[in-house]
Amino acid sequence: MKRTVVGAHYGLSGWLAQRITALVMALATIVIVCGIWSASPPDYAAWKGLFGKWWMFLSLSLFLPSVMLHAWVGMRDILMDYIKPTGIRLALEIATLLALVFYTVWAMQILWRN
Amino acid sequence: MSDLAAKKKRPLWYNLSPLSLPLPGLVSILHRASGALLFLGLVWFLFLLDMSLGSETGFARARAYVGHPLVKLSLLGFLWAYLHHFCAGIRYLFLDIDKGVDLPAARLSSYAVLAVSLALTALLGVKLW
Repeated sequence: MKRTVVGAHYGLSGWLAQRITALVMALATIVIVCGIWSASPPDYAAWKGLFGKWWMFLSLSLFLPSVMLHAWVGMRDILMDYIKPTGIRLALEIATLLALVFYTVWAMQILWRN
Repeated sequence: MSDLAAKKKRPLWYNLSPLSLPLPGLVSILHRASGALLFLGLVWFLFLLDMSLGSETGFARARAYVGHPLVKLSLLGFLWAYLHHFCAGIRYLFLDIDKGVDLPAARLSSYAVLAVSLALTALLGVKLW
């Protein structure tokens, strides 16, 4: 039997997740940009203090995991469109996914170290 | 060969080069390209954030690094990619709820996406520089 390695059930949830994370990031971007705008040019204490503010912390805590999910859906779309050999596509998808999982942990570590 | 036969001459060669893309098509492919670019840049942004927040010396190092003209130029490129992706993304969210789907509105909004993202890049770029 010939099988193709494509998803069957997660198309809609991916589509929806991409849009919800987009909305979250759009709102968080405005807060983050305003924060950085008001703090510049900062010294180290002001910079660290900015990232310790609750609204900045909240925005980034929502923004960074959203980026990872959003990027996964987008990169998966790109890989599905342009990389036709299944083996190479699967390898690239796994590499993308692992990178994003690593970035998420790293981002949380940066945020919560403060 | 009759006129009709000349008119129906096959194969037809359409010009599919990106330069002849209609404006909404240009915004669409730039949305994809900027998204891919931002994904590739993600590791670099996290690296910069980590370094600048880690310690006093890290902050000074990050500041000197960001002051390098080539780094500034790349940051400006990424800034444009982010802003284009942001503006085009908002346009797609409206298209998703059936707002602005007719051709004149879609053309106008894609023109606005290009213009606004470039203007914001200039504004924030000047501020960062």
